[in-house]
Amino acid sequence: MIETTYREALGLALRHAMMEDPTVVIIGEEVGAYGGAYGVTKGLLQEFGKERVIDSPISEAGFVGAAVGAAMSGLRPVAELMYVDFSGIAMDQIANQAAKIRYMFGGQMGVPMVLRTQGGTGRSAAAQHSQSLEGWFLQVPGLRVALPGTVSDAYHLLRASLRQADPVVFIEHKALYVQKGKLDPTQADANWGRAVVRRPGGHVTVVTYSRMLTYALAAAENVAGHGVEAEVIDLRTLNPLDWETVSGSVTKTGRAIVVTEACLTGGPAAEISARIQEECFDFLEEPIVRIAGEDVPIPVAPALEARSVPTVALITEIIRKLVR
Amino acid sequence: MRPTKEQSLEVYRRMRRIRTFEERVGELFVRQQTAGSMLHLSIAEEAAAVGVTYPMREGDSFTTHHRGHGIFLARGADPKRMMAEIAGKADGYCRGKGGSMHIADRTLGHLGANAIVGGGIPAVVGAGLSYKVLAKPNVSIAFFGDGAMQQGVLYESMNLAALWRLPVVFVCVNNQWGMGTRIDRAAANTQFHERARTFGLEGHVVDGADVFAVIDIAERLVQGARDGRAAYLSVECYRYYGHARMDKSPYRTPEEEAEGRKQDPIQRAITRLREKDGATTGEFEAIDAAIAQEMDEAVEFAINAAPPPVTDLFRDVYDDHEPAPEPLRKRLERILTTNLTATN
Repeated sequence: MIETTYREALGLALRHAMMEDPTVVIIGEEVGAYGGAYGVTKGLLQEFGKERVIDSPISEAGFVGAAVGAAMSGLRPVAELMYVDFSGIAMDQIANQAAKIRYMFGGQMGVPMVLRTQGGTGRSAAAQHSQSLEGWFLQVPGLRVALPGTVSDAYHLLRASLRQADPVVFIEHKALYVQKGKLDPTQADANWGRAVVRRPGGHVTVVTYSRMLTYALAAAENVAGHGVEAEVIDLRTLNPLDWETVSGSVTKTGRAIVVTEACLTGGPAAEISARIQEECFDFLEEPIVRIAGEDVPIPVAPALEARSVPTVALITEIIRKLVR
Repeated sequence: MRPTKEQSLEVYRRMRRIRTFEERVGELFVRQQTAGSMLHLSIAEEAAAVGVTYPMREGDSFTTHHRGHGIFLARGADPKRMMAEIAGKADGYCRGKGGSMHIADRTLGHLGANAIVGGGIPAVVGAGLSYKVLAKPNVSIAFFGDGAMQQGVLYESMNLAALWRLPVVFVCVNNQWGMGTRIDRAAANTQFHERARTFGLEGHVVDGADVFAVIDIAERLVQGARDGRAAYLSVECYRYYGHARMDKSPYRTPEEEAEGRKQDPIQRAITRLREKDGATTGEFEAIDAAIAQEMDEAVEFAINAAPPPVTDLFRDVYDDHEPAPEPLRKRLERILTTNLTATN
């Protein structure tokens, strides 16, 4: 067990994967000499050389597409897209190529690649560097979507992603890189596709992932003082979605809140809520509540930025109102 | 290349095979009464397909555009399985899931035809990268049409291939027309090979009616690519017919079409074989008859083949070891059985 950060845990996962598997290569902007825009790949160029830690020019469609071709040809590439906001530039390669190759070609070949990227607010990075776009990828069958919310998952979920046969969009949160936590690299990697109950409780189910996990846990702690026990579920992967854990909890509590940083309309919270409504209808005591990002671009002013996404205070308040 | 008569006849045979395939493939849709709108023929582009693939070896790979039947046939595809795929049958190369525009075969190095203009180009950069990292002596070739010359991802790919010194060749099968837009309405400078040179690639242009000229330049460029010098080649030809099966190209003048259709690589090869090698009508007829029979069999095979089972709809979205998506009806039944409590 070590005490480390989200950032260092991610780097360690890459390092261990590269030590174990010579076909793992890293491709992306500033991943080598610079060490990664957020420092995740620091030191890997020195350890593994430029044949395996490949600095790309600013050509998102080109290098993500190259990763797709490399994954079809015997390598296991990790492409780093510096911000998830840039995925629009590479979206044809992600959504029309990587996601569909196995299906279109009748299962002959897959695309075992990980697209590491990061999103979210918290660094006053403004409208084109702060979005939570996981919902875009959920609309594309063939793509896996993983979002680590803890230091341990930064390591173990990335390791599990690197074992997948299909393309994984692995979305880190920029505000979590400095988060400290405990990591045991020797324990088994994340149970792929399974959510984790981070805090048990019988009164209300809070379904979330990524940084909102931290917020939900803080809110659960706040309401515990008022005798309200919130069960907090960390989904960890949106595709696959661990429905058993969600429905098991909601059928027990009868109340569900879905918390995402992604925008409200047409977003992941809408999909999860619709599913709870369809499948747990008989057990629901109250309406399902979505607490999601405002339907606005992210502003640079810190005071506005913080208000564009759910806050701990808001989650606390809503839990208390729902459980009377 | 100074080919022997046998080699020249083989080159002719490969081109004739493509021509006959393309002349016959439309029958699938007529006889089955299915739409088949997405069928793009490569007639008169046979020299690009046969010439560029000539120096390719086992283990080499390629991607193609939507007009790629000929290239795949030139690399050794089985016309039975191709026709079955185009007809959407389970015995097709992709189990009837891909069709004409998404045909692929891993064993022959075909990393996929693509229906997004330029979409398959960066994959060869990745394949080339893997050959370099894994120290394999192979090349990867991207085939695309002149429409892709105006797509940004091509230039990203050219730059990466040159920068990383990858075993990659970019081949533009320039048939002058991107759907209903002629190249001079798509680009101010249509000397496309000049663009490639500015990226540090070897850039060349060759007459696509002269298959032996295509072979010559392809042999040089493919060998150069194996040595880490990425290259670009424009093969100049003319799209004989419409963009897709139902397009009669009303946007072109009869005069232009008549002039363009003089550029027939097969007629050119026949003339050369007769004049240089003394090939006889009987020799051509024997080759043509064998091909006609092969394509007859392919058409019948495809028409008689079974469609994929409906359960295949959910297969291969993810790896075999993963659960398949839940079918809609099954999900609805489950929800309604569990939750409809008011009336039943």
